[in-house]
Amino acid sequence: MSKTDLLIVGAGPAGMTAAITARRYGIDVLVVDDQTSPGGQIWRAVETQAATPRGAILGRAYQEGKATADAFRASGARYEPRTQLWQVEPGFRAFVTHDGKARTIEARAIILATGAQERPTPFPGWTLPGVLTVGAAQVLLKTAGQIPSKPVWVAGCGPLPLLYLVQLLNAGGRIAGYLDTTPAGRHWAALRRLPKALGAGGALLKGLAWKTVLRRRRVPIIRHVIDLEAHGAERLEAISYRTADGQQTTVSADNLFVHEGVVPNIHAALGLGCAVEWRDEQDCYVPVLDQWGETSKAGIFVAGDGAGIAGAKAGQCRGALAAQRLAVKLGYADEQIVIKEAARVQKSLACELALRPFLDAMFRPHSRIFSPSDETVICRCEEVTAGEIRAMARIGSGPNQIKAFTRAGMGPCQGRQCGYTVTRILAEIQNCPAREVGFYRVRPPLKPVTLGELATLDQEEEVL
Amino acid sequence: MFRKLHEPVETVTIYVEGRPVAAEPGESVAAVLLRQAVVWSRPTPVKGSKRAPYCMIGVCFDCLAQVDGIGSVQTCMTPVEEGMKVERQQRQRCLPS
Repeated sequence: MSKTDLLIVGAGPAGMTAAITARRYGIDVLVVDDQTSPGGQIWRAVETQAATPRGAILGRAYQEGKATADAFRASGARYEPRTQLWQVEPGFRAFVTHDGKARTIEARAIILATGAQERPTPFPGWTLPGVLTVGAAQVLLKTAGQIPSKPVWVAGCGPLPLLYLVQLLNAGGRIAGYLDTTPAGRHWAALRRLPKALGAGGALLKGLAWKTVLRRRRVPIIRHVIDLEAHGAERLEAISYRTADGQQTTVSADNLFVHEGVVPNIHAALGLGCAVEWRDEQDCYVPVLDQWGETSKAGIFVAGDGAGIAGAKAGQCRGALAAQRLAVKLGYADEQIVIKEAARVQKSLACELALRPFLDAMFRPHSRIFSPSDETVICRCEEVTAGEIRAMARIGSGPNQIKAFTRAGMGPCQGRQCGYTVTRILAEIQNCPAREVGFYRVRPPLKPVTLGELATLDQEEEVL
Repeated sequence: MFRKLHEPVETVTIYVEGRPVAAEPGESVAAVLLRQAVVWSRPTPVKGSKRAPYCMIGVCFDCLAQVDGIGSVQTCMTPVEEGMKVERQQRQRCLPS
């Protein structure tokens, strides 16, 4: 067992900045993270890659992460990589595993900075080897310096596919085509939100610059794509899609990368019983938070994209604010002084958040992706199809009954891949808004734990 | 299939189904599996359909493999180590009779 004032879960932009800020107030900090080095997904391997040719391929926003990682290393926060959180008891007692051993951490407060994951978007064939997410392809470029060996198909909606395609071109990769699934009319919806977003003009220009690169390099871009399917017996062999004019196309494919936006990782917050609310414009649940990021459970904070998708810079602001509030709550700083110091951070956060309504409107996924065809596997682990979920939804069950009846959400991913689809199918069949359907009840362990790992807890008690 | 952009300065050897494969310190086992000429895949426990690494951030569990004798290891979260042995998982496990 170890003790700390503040346990931070996650060492991405939010977790690192929370740690740096908390240390400035003298708070005793322990950061656990499941990756091997600090940076989170956006700055994966940034410490070793920022100054290399790979860093240049990935771009400045990636390389900038090195400064935060350096400050984090120098902050005096204890840092435990490759450590997974799987349970928190009130008080707080956190259970983690590292290197095959489980142990407990006692903390007076917790900041969950667990980031986001790509929105699971089931379509026929999405489980075939050869189909990966765009985020996965980018992680492979960041951490292993590897790219697809044959021309690749990329399909989806959002800023990430555009960024990855540019990075892939920088790396000398070849692109078969970009199947843009952004529905028609999104530009007009976004345009209304443009004036407010102009404050964060840099990010807007970046998006335009990516599109210019893709046009100049003559990357085939097919717009308003629907009905994407992956075909193959044991691996991806071909893809098919339809365009707005109804024409269906089938082409051979070696790799297909898909992306339909990102959603907050809320499993830890749900597991701890923190209240969440549905956010229509981001099509996901977010934890209910006060202005400092404190959840409905006193002493538990959420910072970063786990608090609602807003990007790395907003994540850093939210990390700093949570740490500042805790400096007061834990008795390390005077409230009036902290309020003054936080004002600047709050202003930066407001500026970052001003961009979001524009991006959310621009890249809101097609509603069809929430209603996969009956034969589509939606629970990857237990191989439950949308048709099976619909059949159960018709007899009037909620997400937890669906889980019990069909085993959807009972596999090792614990509903991280099927949870939202089950919610959306229930909403569709029962003709009610997704916000009224709810989500699976998330129970510990938050990540699979082996019997051997559990057994080491007993040894820990004996040592005490 | 994927290819590396660079020739690693330093390499370790891991064994994929008994076959020695060069890997670069710091990369994940899943990254190495995705570079193999024969597509890496494992049969799922329920229907035996083929799967390969999909999300690379530890949230899909499709990259599970047996690593150094331990089953259901998330290979995307596991850095390579010299001499590591990686084997395909074969559907449900059962107790030896």
